[in-house]
Amino acid sequence: MNTRSHYDVAIIGAGMSGLAAGIRLAHFGKKVCIFERHNAVGGLNSFYSIAGRKFDVGLHAMTNFVRPGVKGTPLGKLLRQLRIDRDEFALCEQKQSRIAFGPRGECSLRFTNDFAVFESEVVAAFPAQADGFRRLAAAVRTFDDVSLDAAPMSAREAVRRHISDPLLEDMLFCPLMYYGSATERDMEFGQFVIMFKALFLEGFARPFEGVRVVLRVLLAKYRAAGGERRMKCGVQKISAHAGRASAVILDSGEEITADHVISSIGAPETDRLLAASAGEPTTAAPTLSFVETISMLDRQPAELGWGSDTIVFFNDSTRFDYVRPTEQVDPRSGVICIPNNFDYGADRVLPEGIFRVTCLANYDRWATLPEADYQADKLRWFPEVQRSARRFLPPLASDDALVAATLTTDMFTPRTITKFTGHLGGAIYGATVKHRQGRTSLDNLYLCGTDQGFLGIVGAMLSGISMANYHILQKG
Amino acid sequence: MTKDECKQVVLDIIADIAPDEDLSNVKPEVRLRDQMQLDSMDFLDIVMELRKRHGIEVPEKDYQQLASLDSCADYLTPKFDALTGKS
Repeated sequence: MNTRSHYDVAIIGAGMSGLAAGIRLAHFGKKVCIFERHNAVGGLNSFYSIAGRKFDVGLHAMTNFVRPGVKGTPLGKLLRQLRIDRDEFALCEQKQSRIAFGPRGECSLRFTNDFAVFESEVVAAFPAQADGFRRLAAAVRTFDDVSLDAAPMSAREAVRRHISDPLLEDMLFCPLMYYGSATERDMEFGQFVIMFKALFLEGFARPFEGVRVVLRVLLAKYRAAGGERRMKCGVQKISAHAGRASAVILDSGEEITADHVISSIGAPETDRLLAASAGEPTTAAPTLSFVETISMLDRQPAELGWGSDTIVFFNDSTRFDYVRPTEQVDPRSGVICIPNNFDYGADRVLPEGIFRVTCLANYDRWATLPEADYQADKLRWFPEVQRSARRFLPPLASDDALVAATLTTDMFTPRTITKFTGHLGGAIYGATVKHRQGRTSLDNLYLCGTDQGFLGIVGAMLSGISMANYHILQKG
Repeated sequence: MTKDECKQVVLDIIADIAPDEDLSNVKPEVRLRDQMQLDSMDFLDIVMELRKRHGIEVPEKDYQQLASLDSCADYLTPKFDALTGKS
């Protein structure tokens, strides 16, 4: 019998947001427990091993990177709030990234962690849009994106007030959508601003050892603050009584009571836990999902001629369609990530080359396949996705050079995402409707994470922090 | 507790919550916000750390009393003294 089954706060999910909320609450003396169904922490940003080889999931790059001394940005707030010394993350900056559009990437805009580089690239490629672009950047800088109650506004409309060339408009939207939009075609302007700052005004970085460094730091802080954590311990139901969450029921049937419950698992997913007790209809599942191919290489990508680009956002078509594909995968656009191409310092290189490509995918077309068909379709799409992406990188010495350098491969699909994270519809960026204040139908049940609406891993952690502060710590 | 000791308590807290700020030259009469980058999240943390470390409660209506080191000392010193029975 577990004698410690009552907590000040029960947190569902040990991803970035749940861990960050837990650190805040435990640091200020709350009795907290995080319940996680999986056997690993990290949620959508985790890692796994196959045959001794470690793979990162989620994280291509940590966005929101600013150098030491730059204050008042999300990264700085996060480090302060969690009492993390920035050296603990040991972030290494990107070399350069690109947005490449056209059948062969003919129109390409480079960006780095210095916004002036991006601005000069835009001005050189789109001279007529120069003033508009500067006005847009100024509008982004002055927008209050942390307000918890701003009125929603179309980002496409807001951007078109400054940018009249649809190609530049799409090129600006492509990276921002791929790195955080749960909605098709358009974004809410507040979300656009958060992402524009995170990618273009701030930048990309990565710890040498990838996402596990970030998770290790969070776990150490949480443990040191006295937080408890129960792994392989999912929540199957939230019981409600008189408008309040009265208990969470674990998969084992064990009942846990708590004064407050924070759910990081998503809004529709949380509704399901409530409906499990009330029988109410659940919210619609999200629509956008992704596949990713991963190739581990026996040499550094630089030896293939791919040594400059850290991330490449590509699109081969006249317009950029950020929509759920009708096919299983839409290889026309996507994101290339080459984790070797961060600046890790002299003589420090990742032990193997890594080449990752992400494309939009249709959850329904993957979810119900019989196992044999599922495996066959993965094999069929893998080269298709890579072939599409390679058009936007320097040509290889020979057509089979990539295959010849490949040690092993892996691929995740929308089905993989749902299987390991529990997110409905293979969603990475959550549901289309965000709940900025984190409120639910129950007084003491709050959301944090993707469906609260701060984006990226820095956003996810800030979401956990903000919700813990707003709903629990500020109230004493 | 003297007012100087009280100011040091507040500075120690700020040093922990905002280690990236230079605290060597903080002017006691100037608003903290005007000398360093502190936002509402940071002020919440000053209040929370006062409670956690020293058992001092600062109700929300009194947050503006923490604007500068001098006002912190004026407001908090009697609270510290009350705790130690020296009021």
